[in-house]
Amino acid sequence: MPIVSRHRRAVSVATAVALGAATLTACGSSDGGDQAESGPVSLTYWAWAPNMDKVAALWNQKNPDIKVTVQKQASGDDLVTKIITASKAHQAPDLVQAEFQALPTLVSNDALADISEEVGGAKDKFTPGLWQQTTLGSDAVYAVPQDSGPMMFYYRTDLFQQYGLKVPTTWDEFAATAKALKAKAPGKSLTTFSSNDAGLFAGLAQQAGARWWTTEGQKWKVGVDDAATRKVADFWGGLVQEGAVDNQPMYTPAWNKALNTGQQIGWVSAVWAPGTLTTAAPDTKGKWAVAPLPQWDAAKPATGSWGGSTTAVTTDSKHKAAAAKFATWLNTDPEALAALVKESGIYPAATAAQTGGALAKAPDFFANQPDFYARAAAIAKTTAPAAWGPNVNVAYTSFKDEFGKAAKVKSKGGFADALTAMQAATVADLKKQGFEVAP
Amino acid sequence: MTQPTTGVHRSYGAEPAPYDHPSPTTAHEGARSAPPNSPSPAATSTAGVKRARSAPYLFLLPAAVLFALFFALPIGYAIWLSFHKIEVKGLGLGKGARSEVWAGLENYTAALGDSELGASALRIAGYGMIVVPVMLGLALLFALLLDSERVRARSFSRLAIFLPYAVPGVIAALMWGFLYLPDVSPFFYLLDAFGLPQPDLMDGGPLYLAMSNIAVWGGTGFNMIVIYTSLRSLPAEVFEAARLDGCSQLQIALRIKIPMVAPSLVLTFFFSVIATLQVFNEPTTLRPLTNGIPTTWSPLMKVYNDAFTGGNIHAASATAVVLALATFLLSFGLLKASNRRTKQGATR
Repeated sequence: MPIVSRHRRAVSVATAVALGAATLTACGSSDGGDQAESGPVSLTYWAWAPNMDKVAALWNQKNPDIKVTVQKQASGDDLVTKIITASKAHQAPDLVQAEFQALPTLVSNDALADISEEVGGAKDKFTPGLWQQTTLGSDAVYAVPQDSGPMMFYYRTDLFQQYGLKVPTTWDEFAATAKALKAKAPGKSLTTFSSNDAGLFAGLAQQAGARWWTTEGQKWKVGVDDAATRKVADFWGGLVQEGAVDNQPMYTPAWNKALNTGQQIGWVSAVWAPGTLTTAAPDTKGKWAVAPLPQWDAAKPATGSWGGSTTAVTTDSKHKAAAAKFATWLNTDPEALAALVKESGIYPAATAAQTGGALAKAPDFFANQPDFYARAAAIAKTTAPAAWGPNVNVAYTSFKDEFGKAAKVKSKGGFADALTAMQAATVADLKKQGFEVAP
Repeated sequence: MTQPTTGVHRSYGAEPAPYDHPSPTTAHEGARSAPPNSPSPAATSTAGVKRARSAPYLFLLPAAVLFALFFALPIGYAIWLSFHKIEVKGLGLGKGARSEVWAGLENYTAALGDSELGASALRIAGYGMIVVPVMLGLALLFALLLDSERVRARSFSRLAIFLPYAVPGVIAALMWGFLYLPDVSPFFYLLDAFGLPQPDLMDGGPLYLAMSNIAVWGGTGFNMIVIYTSLRSLPAEVFEAARLDGCSQLQIALRIKIPMVAPSLVLTFFFSVIATLQVFNEPTTLRPLTNGIPTTWSPLMKVYNDAFTGGNIHAASATAVVLALATFLLSFGLLKASNRRTKQGATR
């Protein structure tokens, strides 16, 4: 008798626990997306651009039937994982901000919806190089471009003059300039090769014509170590080995100081550099100027892009049409773009918005170069196409580790080995995930 | 001695009296109303026994439920994940291209065969070999110094040594990172001014020292408090006897105090080993400042990287399970070894 009752009690406890768990699960899986289609639609939007809520407020004022709520997120790799996890639990927001290179990863995890029907008309508002990145080479469209980061070369006008340097227009001239500077002022560097931001290297490879991920039928082909990228790696490896450029990572207190004190007199960067320089090197205001990136082939000017993001609609969204409508408005409507430039400080992807409006005037830090944005817009038009795949994060992490090692020992051979290792890690990961990889 | 005791009694006396001494009327009423409500005296007693028997389980229930929900369930889920993987069809784009399939031990063989995991284990072994002895040695030294008779400004010193523990690991790593970077560090400015060599602290061998220094700086205070507390609780008679026998302060410390606080030394050693195995904040914070720290410097960084950068939670779960097992075996082994030694000491 006591045994039976104890047993029964154990069963009832187990049932109670199971019931409790079931109730919790039930709570977790209902995601408040079951409002009627007829009433006003509520959309949530994960974005990291500052003040995005103010831009969304403009929309909400004009469109009482579609209310957009911005939920501020941190940018970076973590957000991609967060979106994928939310998507698996069918809890993803309606709209997300996603970097261009994250799109294939998100699409491959079935997180992004094909919105080609809703946003296809916006195609002409962007350069083909950017639009192509939102289609992944298919008929589908997975996002609307929001901002872009055409790469440019920044240099200190006063120090270039002091050391009798000419602004390099080709990479050969760039190498010569770096060496000439070292000869005249051994303590100074033209720029640094940083291993802590793969985006810079990817952009430089893109300019040289690299296509890191392409498809062959149903197989992915990885070209991280293609001829164009190898050329770029050898070039920078050579400069680092000779000590012509620095090998310290960017965005460190030491790097800020090097920029602020004129120890580093140039920077290969992108259109958003004025913002970074304002905080990193406040004492150098008005002493910088921008020029196009040095070229491999002066006859065919090209640039890469470093940074840049899109607005995408998730597969979880119950109101895809409304979400796509907002995404289109946000990134093509003149008023929305003006607000994005003013409030969020982005460089718009839409070609028409790249000059005029808030961008008619140069940034304060570059007041000495009034045509800053006109130059930027001209450079942006030469953006080379980019090709991203489903495991960009893995390649980027491998870049940090392998090129970190190579930059540390300052060897040109190390740069070549690092590129080989990066290719191998990327291919191995694709295979491990079960993708078919073309040789 | 009597003063505090009466104080305690008085304060209890101030509590509402009716609960302690139920008034006669209530008790009487209760007794009178009881018989008509209960069916028979026998039934009342079995119900009482039943209630008494189930009581411990009822008390256990909240803990058991919390344990199941927030400990056993997540661990079970992690283990489940570690035996699965994602399978991709074709280019892996679009709907239904990915499915979760059984992977068997594949993730485990991959994790154990990964040279990066071995390398990171070696790195933290080297790091632990510096951190644990230095930190515990300093903690013991400070605790003994504070406990000695001739110490001045005791509470101030105790607070000063303990304070770094209150600084969050990320903040501490950032501060030390600034001090390690030659271009912004005041130390390097002084070295430069005196024409002394300037070591690169963020690379190679010195990196271990630099990283260990942050852990020692932050952890010594906590361990010192643990040891000091157990020193304070030792009976004063022992020291009196030792002094009468002519023991010096140093001899008391070495021959009496240290053996008597051995259990807390074992405890702090235990905590330190586990903290070493789980080191994450410091290398992650210092990583962007240098080329010398890879993204897989410590095993936990590798787990984080696999899960949140590579997006492969299945591989990350397998590595995490391996790491948890290693931690468990190591700490269990240490505990057993120390128990055996204490037992031997007791029988001797």
